[in-house]
Amino acid sequence: MPDGSEKLTAKARYSAGVLEYKKMGYWEPDYEPKDTDIISLFRITPQDGVDPIEAAAAVAGESSTATWTVVWTDRLTACDKYRAKAYRVDPVPNSPGQYFAYIAYDLDLFEPGSIANLTASIIGNVFGFKPLKALRLEDMRLPIAYIKTFNGPATGIVVERERLNCFGRPLLGATVKPKLGLSGRNYGRVVYEALKGGLDFTKDDENINSQPFMHWRDRFLYCMEAVNRASAATGEVKGTYLNVTAGTMEEMYKRAEFAKDLGSVIIMIDLVIGYTAIQSMANWARDNDMILHLHRAGHSTYTRQRNHGVSFRVIAKWMRLAGVDHIHAGTVVGKLEGDPATTKGFYDVMREEYNPQSLETGIFFDQHWASLNKMMPVASGGIHAGQMHQLVHYLGEDVVLQFGGGTIGHPQGIQAGAEANRVALEAMIFARNAGDDYMQNGPEILARAAKNCTPLKQALDVWKGVTFNYESTDAPDFVVTPTTS
Amino acid sequence: MKIRQGAFSFLPDLTDAEIHTQVQYCIDNGWAVSVEYTDDPHPRNTYWEMWGHPMFDNPDAAAAVFEVNECRKQFGDYYIRVIAFDSTHGWESIKLSFIVNRPKDEPGFHVSREEVKGRSMRYSIKSYATDKPEGKRY
Repeated sequence: MPDGSEKLTAKARYSAGVLEYKKMGYWEPDYEPKDTDIISLFRITPQDGVDPIEAAAAVAGESSTATWTVVWTDRLTACDKYRAKAYRVDPVPNSPGQYFAYIAYDLDLFEPGSIANLTASIIGNVFGFKPLKALRLEDMRLPIAYIKTFNGPATGIVVERERLNCFGRPLLGATVKPKLGLSGRNYGRVVYEALKGGLDFTKDDENINSQPFMHWRDRFLYCMEAVNRASAATGEVKGTYLNVTAGTMEEMYKRAEFAKDLGSVIIMIDLVIGYTAIQSMANWARDNDMILHLHRAGHSTYTRQRNHGVSFRVIAKWMRLAGVDHIHAGTVVGKLEGDPATTKGFYDVMREEYNPQSLETGIFFDQHWASLNKMMPVASGGIHAGQMHQLVHYLGEDVVLQFGGGTIGHPQGIQAGAEANRVALEAMIFARNAGDDYMQNGPEILARAAKNCTPLKQALDVWKGVTFNYESTDAPDFVVTPTTS
Repeated sequence: MKIRQGAFSFLPDLTDAEIHTQVQYCIDNGWAVSVEYTDDPHPRNTYWEMWGHPMFDNPDAAAAVFEVNECRKQFGDYYIRVIAFDSTHGWESIKLSFIVNRPKDEPGFHVSREEVKGRSMRYSIKSYATDKPEGKRY
């Protein structure tokens, strides 16, 4: 039965008028993607009555060379090469009306080293295309040839650890709260107490920039006083993510330079500054030996719903190319969206050299990272010391665990809160290394550690049983079927 | 003050049996365990003195604990740490580091401030102990 992929004669193909996308060369079921092709996997939800193959071909067309009607100027180009090719369409398991469309793009469609250019094609016009009810970019396969046009994370996990002189355990952090309203002087107090108490990092929140209650220079000055005092009090390297997000690149560079002059080891930007600004700041960070923290502010507007938008795993891949060192990636157990399997997929994208296809964690393609530096995932939002065994189990060792409320909300104060978290963490890592079944025995391990640490005992009492058990909206479509023995 | 470097400085001082469990974990992972000591615990003093080479190919955690104790005999009032190197591609650095010995008295550090232009400040952290020459600090 004809499926629309049959070759038309050139005369029929290029006659003026409207032709189905699948007849224009955007559907090639026999196409074998080249090693150098970029492959996108879209979840498409066609309008009622629209053939899924035609919808996939339309997505291929609209994200590459096509317009709504036949144009003769195609014939002035090597248009077969430039057309993206939908080559496979599968129904999504347990989701009637939704299809996975695999689309391959020739490498020559993209400018080297530009996330802006990549995204202008892949998520440019196509998401508003009328024949689709909804469209989601689920995953991408990035060829090594393309990856090598990016510098990747400025610092990477290994060098970050070497600079901080911190090995073998997750890093600990806290976001200063309240996120808005503190004066610079009061803000620095929180930083000092938290770092002295045992955290490695404190963090500006995404929306703390330079408001009437606190000018950015004031914040930077007081924070660095706090960092240095805490470093002297503990003998450790400490840091605070100074958020340099601002309205213009000029202003961001100015703030970053000031952070550098004050001796900060790390600066921070928000995802909302845009891909090009992120790449520019990554270059700056590389030139200045600065760790670059990215807060993923705004991502849930397009990552959370399963039927429309861009999966966070794709954002994570773009950010690894763009070159940030830290990126928020979910906690599994905390207050924000985060299915365990999906979150594992995100963490793997950030931390591994090679991601084999793993449908149960949402990884659709084998992905080689060509020795690009690894990003440190950051787990933040509604986590506390009593969950330490789960955090270590789900998130592993190369992660920043950020306890904001779980530090600052401690009944005996911020230093006590920080100490509770640090003791809980060290006890759990020690137990894990010693071969203890720490996931099973987590509460006992914590209780034992609390015998030598009153702040931990108080933390466990206050937050005992606080959990956030809500169903995830973004979970994988494929589940592992337990094998019966 | 107590210097908090390393993975376990917030726990009570480790016993030899406890050190053994951590070294065993490193060996099981294929990492080379090494013993280092210093009397300059500045947070950015990267290169502590090596108590011999990293123990490549050593299958026995007890051998590493033995070296810790040998080091303690000579440098009992120094900081001593155990570190483990992972040679796997993509890491090729330290995987675990923890302090196993510290001086009886830890005087800590002071922050020196140099006021420079505007309200800016240049900070420097200095160990009280390193006012004295190496070997005479603790």
